Amino acid sequence: MSEPLVRLENVRFAYGERTILRDISLSIPRGQVVAIMGGSGSGKTTLLRLIGGQERAVGGRVTVDGQDVAGLGRDALYALRRRMGMLFQFGALFTDMTVFDNVAFPLREHTDLPPELINDLVMMKLHAVGLRGAARLMPGELSGGMARRVALARTIALDPMLLMYDEPFTGLDPISLGIIGQLIRRLNDALGASSVIVTHDIQESLQIVDYIYFISEGRVVAEGTPDAIRNSTDPFVHQFVHAEADGPVPFHYPAGDYATALVGGAG
Amino acid sequence: MSRTTMDLWVGVFVAAGIAALLFLALKVGSISGSDIQSPYTLIARFDNIGGLKARAPVKVAGVLVGRVAEIRYDNERFQAEVVFTVDGRYKFPTDTFANILTSGLLGEQYVGLDPGGEDKLLAPGDVIKKTQSAVVLEKLISQFMFNKAAEGDTAPAK
Amino acid sequence: MVGAIRRLGTLFINGVWQLGFITRFFWLILVYSGQSFTRLHLTLRELYFSGVMSLLIILVSGLFVGLVLGLQGYETLQRYGASDSLGTLVALSLVRELGPVVAGLLFASRAGSAVTAEIGLMKVTEQLKAMDMMAVSPIARVVAPRFWGGVISMPLLAALFSAMGVFGGWLIGVVAIGVDDGAFWSQMQSAVDFRYDVLNGVIKSCVFGVAVALIAVFEGYDCVPTAEGVSRAITRTVVSSALAILALDFVMTSFMFRGQ
Repeated sequence: MSEPLVRLENVRFAYGERTILRDISLSIPRGQVVAIMGGSGSGKTTLLRLIGGQERAVGGRVTVDGQDVAGLGRDALYALRRRMGMLFQFGALFTDMTVFDNVAFPLREHTDLPPELINDLVMMKLHAVGLRGAARLMPGELSGGMARRVALARTIALDPMLLMYDEPFTGLDPISLGIIGQLIRRLNDALGASSVIVTHDIQESLQIVDYIYFISEGRVVAEGTPDAIRNSTDPFVHQFVHAEADGPVPFHYPAGDYATALVGGAG
Repeated sequence: MSRTTMDLWVGVFVAAGIAALLFLALKVGSISGSDIQSPYTLIARFDNIGGLKARAPVKVAGVLVGRVAEIRYDNERFQAEVVFTVDGRYKFPTDTFANILTSGLLGEQYVGLDPGGEDKLLAPGDVIKKTQSAVVLEKLISQFMFNKAAEGDTAPAK
Repeated sequence: MVGAIRRLGTLFINGVWQLGFITRFFWLILVYSGQSFTRLHLTLRELYFSGVMSLLIILVSGLFVGLVLGLQGYETLQRYGASDSLGTLVALSLVRELGPVVAGLLFASRAGSAVTAEIGLMKVTEQLKAMDMMAVSPIARVVAPRFWGGVISMPLLAALFSAMGVFGGWLIGVVAIGVDDGAFWSQMQSAVDFRYDVLNGVIKSCVFGVAVALIAVFEGYDCVPTAEGVSRAITRTVVSSALAILALDFVMTSFMFRGQ
């Protein structure tokens, strides 16, 4: 396999005093679907924003297609982002445009294609997500799963080389969830792109991805192929895969001794 | 809302706004630039200008012919120097008399010009030599009182 | 005591920080304004939402303010036998002060709050971030057209407000009370100067337009991306716009109408 499309080396990130990522190193090989997993608030979304150049790492390097993202100027960054697609958690569709205009948005902004061609391209993208019939609807008229599929069509409008998904499975019913999962896999292979999925939905991810990273407390704590993960004896992975309430990730927020707190409270 | 309907409404809005501006400019206000054509400036010095202000009207025989452009103090002559612009259509002889008058008893003050009989006309930038200061009410009253007092002094002597 | 001084200091530093931020934002808007004019339909759309949609409230309020001015002005003027000057009083108060100021306040609460809400909601639903990730600058695509829509609408709305007010004054004075029609208009015309009164009023409304539009887009863009954050941003837009309008009005009036 050639040089991976995305590579993070010893990345550290903090919002002011609050350290989110301590030391992350991972890579996303070309053509593969990689999942990044971790509990809520473990800095997964921040990782995507670092790759997209919306945040800059405090330490370490983020390279995409050989370019150091933090070192890019605005124009170079925007040029790079045209080759990236990001699906936001709730789709982030433009609520004042129809589904059609939403998908056409990146095409109209970045190309000078004639209207007929844009029409054909949009219909192709909508067809790919199975929503060609919904072209004239407004985003408010769509269900959560449909909205996310429209957003997916918009994300792939410019045939990106890298697709990023921020919690694509959150808040979906099992059927929609399965559809989105299959779409992510199919589109990745059809476009010859690479994908990163940030999620905490382990069961769905195990079925569609090629490789998984586990993040906890700002570090990569485990990694491996789905098969390896399923059979892992690592206590953290075991807790995560089998959804146990207590384990290496404690149920209790760090606190003082319980008995002391109770007695002390009474006295 | 389709694009064309929206464009139409925006067009109506902008047209109405511009119409309102024109209404304010032409019907409500008066364009000072247009009623004074090809203006030229004249200067007059007064001992006292009273309450005369810049932009006060300049009238001849009650007709508006110009406006006061600037008022300054001449430190050498110890007089007020009033610069005013006058409509280029009107010419005045060199012995024109400049007064500061009041419209009504308590109205605003303006410059009144009384044309004389000379054949030579005032050129732009010329100084009007014959001027009469504003009537200051306090002075008038004190003068009146003084005269009365003087009369009172002389009356018993009679 | 020390705490109070410290809080005051923090408040002051925050104020300066905010001022710097808003200035930088203003500069960004100007830099990214190109699209607002090369792709005119973006700005036309905002002109529709901030201008046309405010039309009704502006016209109706203008009419009522004019009617009140006519009534109150007549009440006062006729005591001095100067009811012929009613036109002057109505026109001067509207053109110099009430037109720009009241139209500005109405505009801030009608259109400014809507702009803040719209941009704020786009931020909450990550539409701005999504746009940025699609290599489309949200400032060029979303903020600048709304800013220019507001800046262009404001002087037109203020002019309409004043014109409507003069009409209202005329309705009460001439039609209802019976002030002489000729005296009403001629007294008005001789007292209202185009450059000194009308143009200064227009300049005021342009400045208010820039202030309200900038505050509205800034508060929307800067809001905390939650439901509560957006509602606070809307309140701030209305409050800061009103304060900005009144303060700027005072400053400009003291420059423009010093009476020499």
